[in-house]
Amino acid sequence: MTAQATRTAPAAAPGRGGARWSFAVREFRFWLTDYRRTWRGSVISSVLGPLLYLGALGAGLGSLVNRHAGGTLGVSYLTFIAPGMLAATAMQTAFGEALYPVLGSVKWVQNYFAAVASPLRPADVFRGHLLFVVLRLTMNCGVFLALIAAFGATRSPLAIASLPVAVLTGLAFAPALMAWAVTRTRDTSFSVLMRFVMVPLFLFSGTFFPVTRLPGWLQPVAYVSPLWHGVELCRTLSLGTTDLGGAAVHAAYLLALAAAGYAAALRTYARRLHE
Amino acid sequence: MGGAEILVRARGLTKRFGDFHAVVGIDFSISRGEAFGFLGPNGAGKSSTMRMIGCVSPPTSGELTILGLNPVTDGPAIRARLGVVPQENTLDLELTVRENLLVYGRYFGLPRAVIRERSAMLLDFVQLSDRAGDQVEPLSGGMKRRLVIARSLINEPDILLLDEPTTGLDPQARHIVWDRLFRLKQRGVTLILTTHYMDEAEQLCDRLVVMDGGRIAAEGSPRALIQRYSTPEVLELRFDPGDHEQAAEKLRGLPAERLEVLADRVLIYITNGDEALAAVRGLGLEPLTSLVRRSTLEDVFLQLTGRHLDD
Ligand SMILES: Nc1ncnc2c1ncn2[C@@H]1O[C@H](COP(=O)(O)OP(=O)(O)O)[C@@H](O)[C@H]1O
Ligand SMILES: [Mg+2]
Repeated sequence: MTAQATRTAPAAAPGRGGARWSFAVREFRFWLTDYRRTWRGSVISSVLGPLLYLGALGAGLGSLVNRHAGGTLGVSYLTFIAPGMLAATAMQTAFGEALYPVLGSVKWVQNYFAAVASPLRPADVFRGHLLFVVLRLTMNCGVFLALIAAFGATRSPLAIASLPVAVLTGLAFAPALMAWAVTRTRDTSFSVLMRFVMVPLFLFSGTFFPVTRLPGWLQPVAYVSPLWHGVELCRTLSLGTTDLGGAAVHAAYLLALAAAGYAAALRTYARRLHE
Repeated sequence: MGGAEILVRARGLTKRFGDFHAVVGIDFSISRGEAFGFLGPNGAGKSSTMRMIGCVSPPTSGELTILGLNPVTDGPAIRARLGVVPQENTLDLELTVRENLLVYGRYFGLPRAVIRERSAMLLDFVQLSDRAGDQVEPLSGGMKRRLVIARSLINEPDILLLDEPTTGLDPQARHIVWDRLFRLKQRGVTLILTTHYMDEAEQLCDRLVVMDGGRIAAEGSPRALIQRYSTPEVLELRFDPGDHEQAAEKLRGLPAERLEVLADRVLIYITNGDEALAAVRGLGLEPLTSLVRRSTLEDVFLQLTGRHLDD
């Protein structure tokens, strides 16, 4: 049972310290196995949720807005909010995938600790889980974008590019949230974070109305919000009004946040999993 | 031990959490094929030591060599050759028994076919074959522990680390686990285990260190430790709580090697327990109960630290 000739992968793995994506893929596959249990419900809600929202806001509220504010937005209300809600979906997915599943991985299921008993390092565990978050972002945003297109709420073929942009919007949040969640021992602060960070961002980042309608003192807050940058990018792509300079600034902002979160997570994961 | 290959070697190994010293400069060496134990009460620093050996906790200072490698720089390569049974099971309760092995085997980069083949063998070994397709959640504590042991063997490790393998199990479940570990030992697997059960240490360990407060208090085989730190026999006496103090005072006159007055019992360390009991009666004392037994590692621990293992 011991000391046999079969030596497992580390010998074949790339050198020390580097990003061993092959190791990260092992962790990613854990999450796939885990997801097999719940994928049906998750796919159904990723379709039904947007349908409800688009139906209620687009058809219901939209008919009211279109009648009274007709023309101020330049497009129908549904066409206006759909790309905004695509970006918001990415943010919500990030909150959903990066808080409880991470805390559960150290506290309830403890799968992170099982993983680091193997050759995987904390960084591999983080990267593997992040890959899965990217998959979930792609799925949820992909479904959402397909529905918007089916509703005829896009104006430009460029809208297809709003899928990677939405994923990037999610990634402006997810690594930072994971970096923080892995340091937690309880989930009490999660609902506070959702209520007092996620929901306000959701409401005041230009998703439902242009931020220029916000009181002047609140507008700078919107400009700091990663969601606003994601909304702007998605919306201009969807409407076909993107200008390259503006898009570059938005994308750079989102990328910078993603990179900062990534760097933070490498540190906090190492501290928590290799205590 | 002479000449056997040393698999783990620690010199001045220290682990600090903030200002708190969990492990304070301990030295030990473990050879291939040995069953080596860390015996000590809660908080002794056993898990902290095991986690350093498991390369999931960098030593604060001191030297540690595992399989000839440095745990800080060669963690993945070392961990690939370790089997770990952590103090907490870290099983995925919502996955099935087989899926838990699959997930874990993948962490080691094993192909699915190899995992499948080994899983069947290992589940047979831990007597869980009939539960292979069942969810883990409803399994008993003993079954879960056996599954963790099976899981730890999936990569055919050179060294098996077991942190309190039977804590919390009922006596029957403990015996099944001991039996499996004993078989592994027979096959020459190097076992490193921690425990606060003296019977577990006596049953499984070729050699052990007694740990207390982050330090090693003594080292040797169970038999050698008992010989060195205790007497061949112990006479345990219980008195009426009202007479306890008074009787204990009188017993100090006995020619015993050592006398331990506990809250509810008096322990007399002596070569011949029956003779000692006669001498007690000779003093005019009539204990409620008396028991002559052989010394155990518990007595060694009491002698070394003045406390009990399960304190
Ligand atoms: N991560 C940690 N942070 C702070 N203190 C710790 C940590 N891990 C263990 N300790 C402390 O170190 C001491 C030894 O713990 P441990 O090694 O778990 O002992 P044992 O396994 O022998 O019960 C205990 O007092 C424990 O509270
Ligand atoms: Mg412990």
